[in-house]
Amino acid sequence: MRLRPPRHLVSRKAIGYWTLRALGGWLPILAAQVIWTLGDDGHVPWHLAGLVLTGVLGAAHVIVMPQWRFRVHRWEVTPEAVYTQSGWFDQERRIAPISRIQTVDSERGPFEQLFGLANVTVTTASAAGPLKIRGLDRDAAERLVDHLTEGTSADRSDAT
Amino acid sequence: MNAEPEPGDWRRLSTRMLLVHPVQELLRAWPVLVGLVVAGSAGGHGSWWSLAATAAVIIGGLLRWFTTSYRVTAEQVQVRKGLLRRQVLTVPRDRIRTVDVTAHALHRSLGLAKVEVGTGRTDRKNDGVKLDALHTAEAARLRDELLHHPAASATRPAARPRETLLARMRPEWVRYGPFTLTGFVTVGVVAGVVWRSLNEAHVDPRRIRALSALLDRFGRTSLAVDVLIVAVALLVVVAAASTLGYVLAFHGFRLTRGDAGTLHVTRGLITTRAITIEERRLRGVEFSEPLLLRAVGGARCIAITTGLRVGRGAERGGSLLLPPAPRAEALRVAGAVLRDDVPFSRTPTGHGPRATRRRFSRAVGVALLVVAVAAALWALGAVPAWTWQVALVLVPLAALVAADRARALGHTVVNGALVSRRGSLVRRRSVLSCEGIIGWNLRRSFFQRRSGLATLVATTAAGRQRVEVQDVPLPQALRIAEEALPGLLTPFLER
Repeated sequence: MRLRPPRHLVSRKAIGYWTLRALGGWLPILAAQVIWTLGDDGHVPWHLAGLVLTGVLGAAHVIVMPQWRFRVHRWEVTPEAVYTQSGWFDQERRIAPISRIQTVDSERGPFEQLFGLANVTVTTASAAGPLKIRGLDRDAAERLVDHLTEGTSADRSDAT
Repeated sequence: MNAEPEPGDWRRLSTRMLLVHPVQELLRAWPVLVGLVVAGSAGGHGSWWSLAATAAVIIGGLLRWFTTSYRVTAEQVQVRKGLLRRQVLTVPRDRIRTVDVTAHALHRSLGLAKVEVGTGRTDRKNDGVKLDALHTAEAARLRDELLHHPAASATRPAARPRETLLARMRPEWVRYGPFTLTGFVTVGVVAGVVWRSLNEAHVDPRRIRALSALLDRFGRTSLAVDVLIVAVALLVVVAAASTLGYVLAFHGFRLTRGDAGTLHVTRGLITTRAITIEERRLRGVEFSEPLLLRAVGGARCIAITTGLRVGRGAERGGSLLLPPAPRAEALRVAGAVLRDDVPFSRTPTGHGPRATRRRFSRAVGVALLVVAVAAALWALGAVPAWTWQVALVLVPLAALVAADRARALGHTVVNGALVSRRGSLVRRRSVLSCEGIIGWNLRRSFFQRRSGLATLVATTAAGRQRVEVQDVPLPQALRIAEEALPGLLTPFLER
């Protein structure tokens, strides 16, 4: 018995967005290190080693993570359930029945708007189980939200 | 106060609160009042300012009674309060999940009790309705009115529903008090207060004669003996404080079941609490054994119910079903609450050798890492040699914990309930009714994927919001999910 991954990939544009975000994380660290190196007279080998280490780790993360993430991030909606897969190094699959959905939100950060992306968050009555689909194409996200809200508004119990 | 108010009328708090409110406000405002005396004494009018402020505080306290009123209609509970900022809080009655009746010492001396209505959104602050405070009889009647007859009218004769006793405190349970470790917090707080007041008062502890004599003694003995003496003294104090805390919190503990499908917990020596949990909100029971308590054969029970969050200390959240008690008694009570003791008597299925290996590699790995870092720092001359030597002790300790954690891992699905057992420092057996499961999170870290394991999380609206089946082989995880919620996973399964 095997649990197959969800059917749909997210938008390919997400790779660019994730790369940009990873760069945004590493560049300040690298900049701080460079400033420290220039300001400090001694310890040159140590500083160089540190710079190389940061550079290698950063480059590996920036190159590998977005590709890996793109392969992992998937989603699927059936008449009964929402099914998502996310993460890269550590991965997680989440399944929630449509009948227990409480809210469906979509959101876009400034950089995500730049890439034409949107996130969809599906919440249930449990604080442990919101299903987030990140990196969807904007139109796909809108269609998904419409589809899900149509399906859930028919059911009016409090779903706890 | 009218004995029989009409259902929709606005009612007021007990008139005796005219006494309590000013006292409470004064207690709350005393740092300001003291500050005013000190600040004003320089100008010579300190006492006048302080007097005026005190009067203002008292009047404010009195006004709270006049500005606060509440009513219970067929659909909702409303509270009006506030003088400058008038507030109306409304809680629909079908959203009421718990009613908590508390009385601290001042309340009790006047025959009052505070009523808190919980709606399950406890993660948001100030969401619930609080009535501070009503006559004890009025509070009990309100509780019955809100919980036992959700749709019925408020005017009912005071015929108390019959109750069956599920558990009651026995004096010999006090022996579990020292093993609850709640005393650590108490001792810490007291030590902090003493230290700060010494500082504030500019008292040099070394100038207190008894203390300095003690310190002299310490100076003459060896370090090892000193450490031993301090450790033993601390243990005794913590144990005593824990026992005292146990008695204060759980004296007169009773767990009963009402006819109308409610569980009642009453307990407390000075501050009494009466907590009511609706059984239709109950999703399961957690049977938990903290390490120390487990060592002396004790355990406690916590309700997994919507409307009561666990997490911030079960005693606080009011979901505690049984204080630390003998293990057999805890098992009996857990079974009685669920009306089914099979989930607690059935031995859970273990998670196999790979899960065991993972526990060991994680625990021992972290310990070895600590040793390695300490050794590296020692090699660089940053720390003395004893750091990594002491760190070496961590390795066998970690192995012991890992073995215990591996032994704890287990799960089963039985009689419509998911049972999961895990943990060493706090071993928990969570029994969650399958109806309470909303969905699944299947977590697989990189290393879990390599060893074919997964952590299956059943999400729920009750209690801690989740029940984890840790490090279970993937096929087994899928079988659990299929068995607990048949059909949900089926479209995604390939055989």
